[in-house]
Amino acid sequence: MQGKHGEMNKTSKKNMKPRRIVLREEYCIGCRLCEVHCITQHSMSRNIIKAYRGTEPRPESGIYFEESGPVSFALQCRHCDDPPCLYSCLTGALYRDRKSGQVLYNKDKCVGCWMCIMSCPLGAIKPDFKNQRAGSKCDLCLEAEFPACVANCPNEAIILLDENGQRMLKNDD
Amino acid sequence: MAKAKRNSEFIIERDKEKCVKCQACVRVCANNVHSFDAGGDTVSSDPLLCVGCHFCEDICPTGALRISRNISDIKANANWSRETVRSITKQAETGGILLTGMGSDVHLKDYFRHIILNAAQVTNPSIDPLREPMELKTFIGSKPGKVEYGFNIAGGRKKYFLKTSLPPQLMLETPIMFSAMSFGSVSLNTLRSIAQAAAEYGTYWNTGEGGLPEELKPFANRAIVQVASGRFGVDIDYLESGAAVEIKIGQGAKPGIGGHLPGEKVSGQISRTRMIPEGTDALSPAPHHDIYSIEDLRQLIYALKEAVCYRKPVGVKIAAVHNVAAIVSGIVRAGADYVAIDGIRGGTGAAPTVIRDNVGIPIELAIAVVDQRLREEGIRHQASVIAAGGFRSSADVIKAIALGADAVYIGTAALVALGCHICQKCYTGKCNWGIATQDPYLTRRLNPEIGARRAFNLLRAWSVEIKEMLGGMGINAIESLRGNREQLRAVGLDEKEREILGIKHAGETW
Repeated sequence: MQGKHGEMNKTSKKNMKPRRIVLREEYCIGCRLCEVHCITQHSMSRNIIKAYRGTEPRPESGIYFEESGPVSFALQCRHCDDPPCLYSCLTGALYRDRKSGQVLYNKDKCVGCWMCIMSCPLGAIKPDFKNQRAGSKCDLCLEAEFPACVANCPNEAIILLDENGQRMLKNDD
Repeated sequence: MAKAKRNSEFIIERDKEKCVKCQACVRVCANNVHSFDAGGDTVSSDPLLCVGCHFCEDICPTGALRISRNISDIKANANWSRETVRSITKQAETGGILLTGMGSDVHLKDYFRHIILNAAQVTNPSIDPLREPMELKTFIGSKPGKVEYGFNIAGGRKKYFLKTSLPPQLMLETPIMFSAMSFGSVSLNTLRSIAQAAAEYGTYWNTGEGGLPEELKPFANRAIVQVASGRFGVDIDYLESGAAVEIKIGQGAKPGIGGHLPGEKVSGQISRTRMIPEGTDALSPAPHHDIYSIEDLRQLIYALKEAVCYRKPVGVKIAAVHNVAAIVSGIVRAGADYVAIDGIRGGTGAAPTVIRDNVGIPIELAIAVVDQRLREEGIRHQASVIAAGGFRSSADVIKAIALGADAVYIGTAALVALGCHICQKCYTGKCNWGIATQDPYLTRRLNPEIGARRAFNLLRAWSVEIKEMLGGMGINAIESLRGNREQLRAVGLDEKEREILGIKHAGETW
C-alpha cells in the first residue's frame, strides 16, 4: 500500500495545481451560503433557482457545515497529501487526479462500502443514504477560477491559498 | 390590549418564485424575523420584529427578499404625524424615555446643501490633480504665534538657529479622521477595521471613552485616546500609548447627557479595557465632576500635558451649543491644542430621541462662529478646530474646511462603509452587521480585513474628490482653502444666516 500510493503521491505532487481552501472560523457567520453555492456549482444548470426549484436532480453539497454555539465553520475535504480515504477505497472511486493533484471522487465506481467515511479523520465525506453511496465531496471546483464557496462567502471566512501559502484574491477584492 | 397594537414599520416581501428555502435569512436575523416550518416546508417572516437593517436582503443568494417601509398611514395630519403617534403609543406602553441610535433624522435645515463652491475660470487657472501635485496634508495642534530665530558667530560666520519650538502636532495625510466610538458601543472588529484603515492611510482614529483594547495596541500610535467623564480605561499607559489625548466634554447627539453602557454588554474583554467589574453598568456622568469651569478644565488639560510630558497634543471635544464660540475661546485659552466640535447631527450608540433631535446647533454654523471668534481674538493659531457631526460626503468636508475647520471627524459615514444601514437600533445591541453589538454570534459578521479595506477606500475616495474640487478652484493645497470663505456662496439663505456663516450670496462678486 505504501509503495504504490507513495509513488502516486510523488508524481501528483510534481504536477500539483496547488490550491488549498482555508477556513477561518472566527469570521464564519453561519449563513450556510457555501453549501448553497456548492450545490449550485455542481448542478446541471449551475443556476441557483433551477438547481433548487427545477426538475433537475439536486446534487449533494461537498461542504459540510458544523456549528456549536456562536462558533461555526464549513468543512470540506482537505485533499490530504496522505489521504486515508483513498487508501481505504476498494474500487478506486476515490483517486488522485494526476493533473491537479487533488483527491477526487467518481460516484459511478463507488459501491457504497463507506470505508472512506470510516477512515476520514475529519468527517469530510458523509454517507448518501438515498443512493447507498458515499456522498459528494469537495473537488475544489477545479474548472472554476475560484471554488464556489470561496467566491461567495459573504464574510471571506473561506479563503484560497496558493502554493506559497499566499492568499489568492479575486480581482474585485 | 388592542390600544397597544402598533402596525409594523416594514413590509417584508418574499418572491416565492426566487426563494430557494436555503434559510440563510432565518439563520442570520438577530431579531428572529424569519422562521422555517419544516413540516410545511415554508419560510415565513414576521414584519413586526423587523428593524429594517436589510442584512437578510443583502445575504439572500437569489435576491428573493425585499424590505420596504410600510406606507400604511394614519389620516394625514400636519401636527400628528405617524412618527408622533407611534412615539406616543410606545411611551403609553412603556412609560419610559424613547431611545434611539445614530444621528438625528429630523428635517433640520441642511446648511451644507445651501452652500456652493467656487471654480476657477479664465482669470485664474484650474489645476488637474492627476498631473500636478495636490497637498491634503494637515497638521493638528497649536501653532506658534511667531517664529523667532537667533544666531551665533563662529569662525567669522553667522550660524542661525530657531528659537521657537513647535508644540506637538498630529500629521494627517487627509483632513479626515475617524470619530470617537468606544469599545462597548461598537464591537472590537469595528474598531479594528477603522484603526487599521487610519493607520494605513496616515490619519487618526479615536478610542472613544471606552479605553484602548489590548488587541488594538499595534494601532495606538494612530489613536487619539479619550478621557471622558467616566474615566474608563485611563491610566498612564493609556495616555502614553496614544498619539493625542482628548478630553470629552460632550457629544453632538446628546449634549449635556452622560452615557450608559448596560451591564450585559460589559463582557470580560470590555471590563478589562474599561477597568470596571464584569457585568456592571458603565455609567458616564453627564458632567466631569472635576470640571465646573474653564479654570477647572485648564487644570485637567495641564495635568494630562504633564502626564504625557508635553509630547502629545491635548484636545477637548464639546457639543455645539448656543454659546459655542465663547466656550471654544475659553477652551483655547485654557491651553487645548485642538478643539473638536460636534454638531446636532452627530451620531451615537444610544441617546434619548428628544435630546438628539432638539438639543445643539448645526455644525456649519458652529464652525463659522468659532473660526470667526478665534480670529477676532487673535488666538486662532493656538488651537486646531475639528468639526464633527453628520459629514456625509467629501463636499461636506471641503465646505467645513472652507468655513474654518482644520479637519473633520467622520463616524456614521465610516460605519456605513462597514455595512451599517442606519436602522437606528444600535442601542438594542442586536446589530446584524456586527457593528454596535458585543454578541459573539454577531460581532464575527464584521471581518476586520474587509472592514479595513472598505474604510480605507472611503478615505481614499473622499480624498481624491477633495483634490478634484480643490483643483477646480485653482488651489493646490488644502491649507489655502482653510477659512477661505470667499470660495463659498450661499443659495437660499437669508441675510442673518449668511452673516453668521460669513459667506456672500451666490451672484455677489469678490
